[in-house]
Amino acid sequence: MDSDPIIRLEGIAKTYRAGEMEVHALVDVNLTIAKGEMVAIMGPSGSGKSTLMNVLGCLDQPTKGSYRFEGREVATLPRRELSALRLSAFGFVFQGFQLIARTSAVDNVALPLVYAEVPADERWLRAKEALGRVGLAGREAHTPAQLSGGQQQRVAIARALVNRPRLILADEPTGALDTRTSVEIVGLLQSLHKTGITIVIVTHETDIAAYAGRRLVVRDGRILSDEQQAPHDAAADLAGTPERAA
Amino acid sequence: MSAVASIVPLAFGALRRNRMRSALTSLGVIIGVAALILTVASGEGSKAVLEEQLATLGTNLLIVLPGSSTLGGARGGPGTGKPLTYADLLAIAKGTSAARYAAPLDRTVVQVVLDNENWLTTVYGSTPDFFAIREWTIANGRTFNSAESDSGAKVCVLGLTVATQLFGDGDPLGQLVRVRSMPCEVVGVLASKGQSSQGQDQDDLVVMPWVTFKSRMMSQDRVHVGSILVSAVSPDEVSHAQTQVTGILRQQHRQPDGDLDDFTVRNLADLAATQEKAADAQTGMLRNVSAVSLLVGGIGIMNIMLVSVTERTREIGIRLAIGASENKVLLQFLVEAVVLSAAGGLIGIGVGIGGAVVLASVMGWPFVLTPVWIFVAFGVSMAIGVVFGFYPARKAAQMNPIDALRFE
Repeated sequence: MDSDPIIRLEGIAKTYRAGEMEVHALVDVNLTIAKGEMVAIMGPSGSGKSTLMNVLGCLDQPTKGSYRFEGREVATLPRRELSALRLSAFGFVFQGFQLIARTSAVDNVALPLVYAEVPADERWLRAKEALGRVGLAGREAHTPAQLSGGQQQRVAIARALVNRPRLILADEPTGALDTRTSVEIVGLLQSLHKTGITIVIVTHETDIAAYAGRRLVVRDGRILSDEQQAPHDAAADLAGTPERAA
Repeated sequence: MSAVASIVPLAFGALRRNRMRSALTSLGVIIGVAALILTVASGEGSKAVLEEQLATLGTNLLIVLPGSSTLGGARGGPGTGKPLTYADLLAIAKGTSAARYAAPLDRTVVQVVLDNENWLTTVYGSTPDFFAIREWTIANGRTFNSAESDSGAKVCVLGLTVATQLFGDGDPLGQLVRVRSMPCEVVGVLASKGQSSQGQDQDDLVVMPWVTFKSRMMSQDRVHVGSILVSAVSPDEVSHAQTQVTGILRQQHRQPDGDLDDFTVRNLADLAATQEKAADAQTGMLRNVSAVSLLVGGIGIMNIMLVSVTERTREIGIRLAIGASENKVLLQFLVEAVVLSAAGGLIGIGVGIGGAVVLASVMGWPFVLTPVWIFVAFGVSMAIGVVFGFYPARKAAQMNPIDALRFE
């Protein structure tokens, strides 16, 4: 069913209980994302953008509403099937990199393949190839502590794409990085987007959102605005600025 | 590729990243298993010594003692009641199919003299079967034969202690010693049995033919027998022989049914069983103590695994977020716990065996360890890993990935 959008949210609501209080993180979200889009989700903290991200990534389940991923209803799937879906279809990039400490880059990248029960030699080849795609060839044996922040985020991106996902979800991927490294990382995501992977970035930085073709603004659990835009080209922007010493 | 095979390397990786903690966690199991192996081995070793000592008494041995009398409420010891007779002995020898040997035994304490040397010892009067029943072997010379035994020849066999005391390094064979007033030719020296389990010197004795003993030491009384030794054909036949001997003696003594036996048949196997039971009880108690220390080791593993799960919350969050199933996270932590406890078990077995070998040489008993205990110890340590690893592993597997990722 190629005509299905990759994501279709209808009437999604998410309510948390915090003690006596009920927190309405998402109130009524309707959203459709087509295959091959690159979408930035913006909003101040507490707006519900992280909750939206978690729902999109099947890390969290909505209280109400329908979530169709590639035409399949996933809002009510059991935990086991959600993790299988995350493993086979999604790639995650987090703000804090979230790599496993004291573990080599190649082992970090290969981790999803372990859970997918890919044979060891194929795992190693694919992890090495993914590290090459993010520009870290030759750093396979480095542990996170031996890598800079930008390099760690590249390892995380390699891990997100090693399983050949249809959707990459990046939660504040540049939150812990300096401006130039941030543009490099977004450029990397842009290049993955060009290979046909749908990409959703959650960010509170307008500069970063400018590299996406569509910009959503979330406030108080609702989508406030939804605009198509002409994306900046990270490669071109980087060409204009002098490279800093690593 | 099977799920288990893919997860095991992850577990080993996690343990390698925390070498020190892994080693310390295993320590509880190491100590518990080592204690278990040590207890079992020392129990088996001391039991082997006990059995060896009991064997020197003569296996399959029954001792028949005369009954005791009761006079005005005061009970006498053996010998105060109806005495045993040589006819009783013959009846037992003839009528007991479960017995291989039967021999009379009388004894007295006598000064034995050789020239200027003398020595106070116990002199036994018996028949050649005595040596077979008590499993004495000859170190030098021979025992007296049936002809000498029946005719009351003046020959005797010395225990090693007596031979050494009287002759020193000299050869006693063919020499004459005086037992009380009777000169007696030494025809043999017995091989040493050493000390009994009660600490008596079993080699301090002289044995002569029963007829000689009764006529020369005991004023010509050739009717009464102090006690009768009976040896069953096999250990399994001891109680059968006991029943037969009892029946024959009741018949010999013309005891009506319902009367108490006017003699006693003592079974050394019973004595051995009692001693072994006492030793087993002691070993069993120690084994329980080591089982408790294994339990403590297991709780130690659970404790550390729980700490580890908390400390690695973010790591668990990452694994769950990128799509690890609950089962695989559970499996990883379970494998970690089992590897820790099984490794602890293996090391503990090694330490326990090493300790048991050292203890055996210090205590002077043989190193004995039934191999099944090694498998039991290993199996128990594996089981500890599974049982005490399960709760922490389940806790890890059931984490919410979002909360786990945000955990500081």
